[in-house]
Amino acid sequence: MIASPQTSGPLGIEALGESMLLIRFGERLDDATSARVHAASEMLQAACLPGIVDLVPAYATLAVHFDPLAWIDEQSGNAVRAIASAVRTVLGAPPAMRRHDAAHVEIPVLYGGDEGPDLDALARHAELAPEEAAARHAAAEYRVAMIGFAPGFPYLLGLDPALAMPRRATPRTRVPAGSVAIGGVQTGIYPSELPGGWQLIGRTPLQLFDPRRDPPSLLVPGDRVRFVPIGRDEFAGRMRA
Amino acid sequence: MSVEVLKAGLLTTVQDRGRFGCAMLGVGRAGTMDDVAPRIANALVGNGLDAPVLEITLAGPRLRFDAATTIALAGAGFAARVGDRDVDAWRPIDVEAGEEIVIGHAHRGLRTWLAIRGLAVEQMLGSASTDVNARLGGLDGRALRDGDRLRLDAAARSPLRAKHPAAWSVDPRPWFDADPDRPVRLVRGAHFDALDAGSRAQLFEAPFRVTPDSNRVGIRLAGPRLALAAPIELVSEPLAFGTLQLPPDGEPIALMAEHPTVGGYPRIGQIAAVDLPHLAQRRPGETVRFAEIDLETAQTRYLERERALAKLIAAIRERLRDS
Repeated sequence: MIASPQTSGPLGIEALGESMLLIRFGERLDDATSARVHAASEMLQAACLPGIVDLVPAYATLAVHFDPLAWIDEQSGNAVRAIASAVRTVLGAPPAMRRHDAAHVEIPVLYGGDEGPDLDALARHAELAPEEAAARHAAAEYRVAMIGFAPGFPYLLGLDPALAMPRRATPRTRVPAGSVAIGGVQTGIYPSELPGGWQLIGRTPLQLFDPRRDPPSLLVPGDRVRFVPIGRDEFAGRMRA
Repeated sequence: MSVEVLKAGLLTTVQDRGRFGCAMLGVGRAGTMDDVAPRIANALVGNGLDAPVLEITLAGPRLRFDAATTIALAGAGFAARVGDRDVDAWRPIDVEAGEEIVIGHAHRGLRTWLAIRGLAVEQMLGSASTDVNARLGGLDGRALRDGDRLRLDAAARSPLRAKHPAAWSVDPRPWFDADPDRPVRLVRGAHFDALDAGSRAQLFEAPFRVTPDSNRVGIRLAGPRLALAAPIELVSEPLAFGTLQLPPDGEPIALMAEHPTVGGYPRIGQIAAVDLPHLAQRRPGETVRFAEIDLETAQTRYLERERALAKLIAAIRERLRDS
């Protein structure tokens, strides 16, 4: 599907200081808003505007970090106004054909047991058997809405509403790398050992982020993800590999 | 050819101008807490402006150079000695093979930057900057430790041996101010209007105090508890260096160089870029007062500063060529 970044009316653009614009596409966590954010990110990447140092898609907003010295307007000295105007022009154009189809990535997961110590609590919360809760988690297709919190940590949209569960009252000080977790209506994967308050339901043997690998992150915003249940032997084998 | 870290100091990290291009993967910018003083220090030793420097915090390191080179300090006031001579900041200092520099405690301000001619640190994702929380960049993603060795690039390590070194000092006053009474200029943020009336007034009138849990991620401010007129639910949104966030406890956090890429607290202000170097010098217990500035003026001040800094750096390079 080709999403247009614009729904109707002028885009809301907020400046966070001299070197960042925040473009707003909505207020909520939903797939349609996320699709507009990713389409806009792709259009701005393709436009190659000068001086852009980072594009950061989030749930409903897209950040454009830029070097103000590349956007000095000699008359007004107002770099923010100059780049905001250029961004509006790029995003006001009809959406181009997607250059990259979203990647579909399968993530093998060992659900429950020591690798998913909160699966039983999730199942009670959802009034399901633990196997059913895991099966429902693995049945959905998710969108990588954004990556944040730590390098390579994907925030995934598309969780079965029956599996939504608040974060733990007391966060864990150490969540193992690869833990697959639920926090509210979101699901995600801890890319490295981190403190965290999400409910841990399983673990993948894949390495989500490695700064020495090219590309460093297994996932990028806009990717589609499916979780594939695996058994203990396969998990152990792939952890050793 | 290397520099041996005999004593690492309180918190000494390798930083450059930051890591850009990977923020969409959750990799933050890190980089120096001040983007002016380190550039001047690098210019003074003939390095590129984006060369890595050592960011030194409150209590400095002791380093031994096993080859002659040139160094420069720029930042807060720290006592420093090379061999048996006291050395000043804001000028190039030639060091001989086998000499040591001992950087003591800051007597004013909090951070200084040490440029070393030819300092070479492996880049990770396009930058040598240490991101302590993400454990990447610098030396194994961590602060320096006693016994570490930093590499000097053989091609660049010969000392400058500038003529008349006493005449070389840069006047730091236009570039650097560790006066804790200096107001920090703040542009209203998207959620400023969501503050209650009393909090809107207090943000620009009341003194705030830097709390001890402040760090390179953020400077936490204690003072009057600021409150929203009505709660707002935000989904996570991208953040910038200098964003002033208001968490539910009512104590604002100014996001600094190692800030996360996204976050979900209301944004009540954005600190003018030209004042971030001043804020980076405030110690725990010192005061922060905000003065309002509009975005247009903040941009003008930034462009003026960058133009003046470009002139200074051109003048330094001119003198290096003449030496």
